[in-house]
Amino acid sequence: MLEQQVNQLIGHLFRHEAGKMAAVLTRLLGFQSLDLAEDIVQDTLLKAMTTWKFKGIPENPSAWLYTVAKRKAIDTLRQQHLHAHHHSEISYALRSEWTLSPTVNSFFLDNEIEDSQLRMIFACCHPAIPYESQIALTLKTLCGLSILEIANSFLTNEETIVKRLYRAREKIREEKISLEAPIPATMPGRMDAVLHTLYLLFSEGYNSSHPDRLIRHELCEEAMRLCLLLINNPITKAPKAQALLALMCFQASREDARLGKDGGIKLLREQDRSIWSQPLIEKGKFYLEQSAEGDEFSEYHIEAAIAGCHARASTFEETNWETIETLYTALLRMKPSPIVELNRAIAVGYAHSPKDGLEALQKIKDLENHYLYHAAIGDFYSELGDTKNACLKYEMAVSLTSSNTEKKLLRSKLEALRRGSEK
Amino acid sequence: MEKYMLIFFGGDPSHLSPEAQQAHMGKWFAWVEKLRNENRYVGGEALLPGGKTIKGQKKAVTDGPFTESKEVVAGYFVVNAKNIEEAVQIGKDCPDYELGGIVEVREVMKFDM
Repeated sequence: MLEQQVNQLIGHLFRHEAGKMAAVLTRLLGFQSLDLAEDIVQDTLLKAMTTWKFKGIPENPSAWLYTVAKRKAIDTLRQQHLHAHHHSEISYALRSEWTLSPTVNSFFLDNEIEDSQLRMIFACCHPAIPYESQIALTLKTLCGLSILEIANSFLTNEETIVKRLYRAREKIREEKISLEAPIPATMPGRMDAVLHTLYLLFSEGYNSSHPDRLIRHELCEEAMRLCLLLINNPITKAPKAQALLALMCFQASREDARLGKDGGIKLLREQDRSIWSQPLIEKGKFYLEQSAEGDEFSEYHIEAAIAGCHARASTFEETNWETIETLYTALLRMKPSPIVELNRAIAVGYAHSPKDGLEALQKIKDLENHYLYHAAIGDFYSELGDTKNACLKYEMAVSLTSSNTEKKLLRSKLEALRRGSEK
Repeated sequence: MEKYMLIFFGGDPSHLSPEAQQAHMGKWFAWVEKLRNENRYVGGEALLPGGKTIKGQKKAVTDGPFTESKEVVAGYFVVNAKNIEEAVQIGKDCPDYELGGIVEVREVMKFDM
C-alpha cells in the first residue's frame, strides 16, 4: 500500500533514473567502465534515499539526482585522468579542467540523456551479443533492474543471469563495442536487432507463465518505454519501430481480460471485451497509421495489423477473419514458420469452415511436438462434432505442455466434451 | 509533552535494487507522515557517512568515525511523546529494523525550569 503511494507520486523514478544515469555516465567514462558507472549510480541513489527519507522528495527529484551524479562523475574523471586510457571524441574536453565541468553538465541535459540512452540501447542489442545476454544487459543497465529481479522475471537463478551478463561484457570487450559512435540506426541490421530484442522482451512479459503478474506487466512496460524512446527521436523513428509499438499497444490492451479470476488464461473468444483498454487500442491505431507512412513494410506491420483486427472487433463473431487470413498469408511469405502456418490455418477455419481449417492444419509439418497444434486440431474436431478425435487431440496437447494454466484450459475443454457426449 | 530524540544507527540499504530502495523510502515517508498527522514530529536530519573526529587536549583531527556500518549514526528525529514508553513505541515503527538498523531513544533535556 505504502509502496503504491510512493509509486503514484514518483513512478519508477529510482529505477528509470538509474537507467538514464547509467547511460550518461557510461558515455562519459567509456563502455569498458560500465561497473564504475553503475557504482556511481548506486551511490547517488543511496544518497538520495538517505536524505529524502528524512526530508521528503525534493521538488525536482531528477535534477537533484543529476546534481549528485554530476559531482561524482567529475571527481571520478579527475582521478581517471591521472592514468588516462579512455579515448573518445570527448576525452580531450574531459582532460582539461576548463572544459571538464561544462562537458559533464552538458551531457545531463534532457536531449543528451535521451541520446545516451539510445546509444546504450544499440550497444546492449549489438548483434554480436547473444539474445539472452542482450535482454539481461538491457534490463540491468537501461531499466535499472537488479540481478535478482531479472532472475525472478525469467524464473531462473541469479547465477544464470550473472553468466549471461558476463557473456555480454566479454563481447563488449572483444568487439570493442562503444557508445561513442553516432547512433547506428541507419546501419543495416542494427535497427532490426534492437527491435527484435524489444519484441522478445515484450513477449517474455506477455506470454510467460510467470505466476507474478506484476513482473510480467513490468517487462511489457519496459519494452514499450524503450520502443517509445526510439520513436521519439528523429534518427531512430523508423516505421518498423512504430509498427512494433502498435503491436505492443494492441496486445497490452487485452492484458486484463486475458486472465481469469483463477489465474487461468482466457481465450480471445471468452474474453470480456468491455475491459480491453480503449486508450491503448487508440494508441495502437495511431502508431499503426504512422507506421504506414514511408515505403517500409515489415513483419511488425503485419502482426500489428492482425492484432488491430482483433482489437476492432466488438465481439468474437464480428472478427474479420478473411482479412486476418490474408495478413497471415502475407506474413508466411515474409517469415515462413510452422507457427505462422498454424495461425493462418486457424484463421482459415473461422473465415471459411471448420473443415477447411482442419484440412489446412493437417497439411502443416514439423509441429507434431507442439501442444498448440494438437489443441487447434482438437478445437476444429470439436466444432465438427467429432468428440472422439477431439478428445484424443486434447489429451495429446495436455501431455505436450508444461504450463499448468494451459493444462487447466485443455482439461476443462476435455471435461466439457465428455459431459456433452454422455448426455 | 516531552521531547525525545530518536537516533538511527546503521540500516544500510546499499545492497537493495533501485526499486527496493524506493519502496523502502516509501515506508519512511509513511512513517513521517503518520508522525506529522499525530503532531509528534518536531524535526530531523540525515547524516552523511564519513566526516571528521576532533579529540584530546591537542584537538587532534582524524578522518572518520570509520566504525562498522551498523554503528554509524545515519540521522535523528525529534518527536513529542508523553513519556519514554510512548517514545519507544514510536521508535518501534522505524522501517530500518529489516535492514539491521538500531534506534536509540533519548529524552531531550529541558532548560526552562
